[in-house]
This record gives sequence, structure tokens and C-alpha cells, in this order.
Amino acid sequence: MTALAALIRRDISIALRVGGGALIGVLFFLTVVVLMPFALGPDLPLLTRLGPAILWLGALLASLLTLDRLFTADHEDGSLDLIVMGRTPLELACAAKALAHWLAAGLPLIVATPVLGLLLNLDMAATSAVALTLLAGTPALTFTGMIGAALAVTLHRGGLLLAVLVLPLSIPVLIFGVAASEAAISGPVPFGAPFSILCALSLVSLVVGPFAAAASLRHGLD
Amino acid sequence: MTLIDLANPSRFLSLTARLLPYLVAGTVVLLAIGLYLSATAPDDYQQGATVKIMFIHVPNAWLSMFVWAVMSASALGTLVWRHPLADVAAKAAAPIGASFTFLALVTGSLWGRPMWGTYWEWDARLTSVLILFLMYLGLMALWRAVEDPARAARAAAVLTLVGAINLPIIKFSVDWWNTLHQPASVFRMGGSTLDRAFLYPLLVMAIAFTVLFITLHVAAMRNEILRRRVRSLQMMQARAASNDVGATSPASQPA
Repeated sequence: MTALAALIRRDISIALRVGGGALIGVLFFLTVVVLMPFALGPDLPLLTRLGPAILWLGALLASLLTLDRLFTADHEDGSLDLIVMGRTPLELACAAKALAHWLAAGLPLIVATPVLGLLLNLDMAATSAVALTLLAGTPALTFTGMIGAALAVTLHRGGLLLAVLVLPLSIPVLIFGVAASEAAISGPVPFGAPFSILCALSLVSLVVGPFAAAASLRHGLD
Repeated sequence: MTLIDLANPSRFLSLTARLLPYLVAGTVVLLAIGLYLSATAPDDYQQGATVKIMFIHVPNAWLSMFVWAVMSASALGTLVWRHPLADVAAKAAAPIGASFTFLALVTGSLWGRPMWGTYWEWDARLTSVLILFLMYLGLMALWRAVEDPARAARAAAVLTLVGAINLPIIKFSVDWWNTLHQPASVFRMGGSTLDRAFLYPLLVMAIAFTVLFITLHVAAMRNEILRRRVRSLQMMQARAASNDVGATSPASQPA
């Protein structure tokens, strides 16, 4: 237990210090959201309508961008080999790493959502609905994305291949995240159903992600 | 004859060399019967002749999922039993499965145009099959991204097993979300709702397509084994050539 706590503490402090990429994700999120009015035109009613979708897309892309570093940095300095060979089960170590990554890179996105909601002319209720769905859905993005990150590090390929592998897996999260936010803001459908499915997706990825990532690390590293 | 006896690629090659002509003949005969039955099947009272798209569309869609299931079984063979032919099977199946999925999407949209009035609708079944298609393409990209086949095989096996979660979602999407695509009508509790005039041609076509897949898969596996042999022969040749060069000009070698 202490080993896992130490791993989480270490990953968070690395991510937050100089050279860590956690806060770059927030900056990227901000940039994507700011780009949207340029592409769509500064039409406030339209931005209000598209707001939840824009925020979700921005969060999805931002979390994908930071995932690239989840295992690569550890692989470069050799600590990944120590984690793989260590006495702590690799599945738990992977889960701890993903949790640390989510705390360092995922939570700031959710904290930034209210500010970005202002830019998109979303009211208080809509912004808090989007933030709530992001809180429930971004763990799924991190934990499924971890599978792609583990595959990419064993293949010494990152970037585009990671995106091609991870994005199809994240489509269900995007669908239900946006559906739940829309339902809370305007929709005739109740908020509960898509939100429960979103939580279920997060829980499933919490189970599948660490096992798949650990299997891929164990079989892939040599 | 067990699965482990097939682990020897030479034995697999000699066995499939004898088997392949029968598979080809079976495919041709079954496809001929199936196409004849489909052509002579009566028109639907509502859909007219367009109902015949079903005889192509449904087998393609069924195979798009069946091929991923075959790849998942191969992935287990790669990760659990380290069966030497499992990764060959998985690699050979991916492009075939992607083609079936693509054809299912194309025939579905051609059928959707006269029936639903649209080529594409963001319906649960259609979207989940599109995700399956994207995953096939991602898997093929993964195979192509890595030079070492054994390393690529293990990575692809993990991704295949993760992607297998999509299969029940596709199968039950029409029951969970009540959207445009019709619910299951052939394999369901309480018997098929399809009329026999349509059911028999459809079943023959489904079997014909499955045999077609097996034929293509076996042929592709043979090609993949031969391709790997050519690759290792080329590498041996290159090594021998570099040794020859080193032997004739020892001065070029560092001391």
C-alpha cells in the first residue's frame, strides 16, 4: 500500500514540477475552446447550444495529448523496468499511475471547465452539468487511454498511432458524456440514464484498463 | 490431430494445401446455391426487390463480428499458449474482417437509402459497427507500425481482446437503444420472425460467407507463413553476404 501511495505521490509531483506536462493539458484545452468561436463565428446562441460538445471534445483531446507521457518518461529513465519487476502487482501499479495521471492532468481540466463555460456563454447550471459529467467520464478516458499508452511504449511508437488506437475506444464515453450534459441542460430525456451509463463506462475501464495495460507491458517489454 | 500438432508451420502448410481445393469448391457451390436462392426469393410486399440486399448485407455484418471473435481467440492463443500460428491467424484475419465490415456498412447504407430515406444515420447499431471498422483499421496500423512480428503480435493481441468488448455492444445495441435499425429477427428467443421464403436463402448465404471467410483466412495464413519464410531467408542471405564481404576484405573490419 505504501509503495502504491509513494508511486502516486511521485507521479503527481513529477507531473506538477517543471518539465511535467500536466498543466500544458489545461492550456491546450483552453486553446481548443478558444479556437472554436473562430471556426464557428462568434454567435453566442450557437456556442451555447454546442458548448457541452465543445468542452467534451476539448477535454478528450487534452487528455489524449498528455497520455503520451504516461509510460514514456518512465521507460526512458528506466524506472518502468523497476515497476514491472517490482514486488507490487503490475496491475495495481498501472492503476496507481493512471490515478496519479488523472489527479494531475484530469482534475485541472474539470476545474478549468467553469471558466471555459463563461467563454461559451453557458449558464451556471449547464456549466456544472458539464463539469459533473466530465468528473464522471474523464477517468474512463484516462484508464482506456492507458492501454494505448502501454502499447505505444512497448512498440517505441507514440503520437499518431496512440491516437488512432485510443480514439475509437473513447467514442462511447464521448457519446454518453455529451448526451448526459445535453439531457441536464435542455433535453427531454432524463439525466439519470446516460449519466449512469457514463459512470458504468468509467467503472468498466477501471477494471479493464489496468489489466490490459499490465498485460501489454509484461509481454511487450524485454 | 490436436491444435498443437498444427503448431508446426510445415505441417500446417501441407495439410491446408490438401484442404484448400475442397474449401474453394465448397465456397463456390454454396455461394452459387445461395445467390440462386436469393435471386429467386419473392419480393417483399413492402420493400419490393430491395429486400434482396439483405442476403448480402446480413452475412457481411455477421462476419464482421465473427472475424473479430476469431481474432480474439487467436489473441488468447498468442498470450496464453504462445501458439506459433495464433499470431499468423490474427494478422491474416484483420484485413479480411475490415473488408467484411466495410461491405456491411456500404450495403447497409445502399439499403438504407430507399428504405429509411438516408444513407447514414447516427443510430446505435450503425455507430457501433463504424467503431468496429475504425478498430480494424487501427489494428492493421498497429501491425504495420512494428517490424518485429512477435512484438507486434503481443501488442495486437492485447488490443484485440480490449476491442472484443465492442462485440456484445454491437449485438445488443438494437435492443438497448430503440433507434432506426430494426431489432434482431433471425437469432432470437422464441424463433425467427423472418418468413421461410427469406430465411432459407439467408441461412445458406450466411454459411456460404462463413466458408468464404475460412477459405480466404486459410489462404492468407499460408501467404503470411510463406512471407515470413521469405523474410527470414532474405535476412540469412544478407547476413551471409555481409560475412563474405567481411571475409574477403579483413582490412575493413575494425581490429
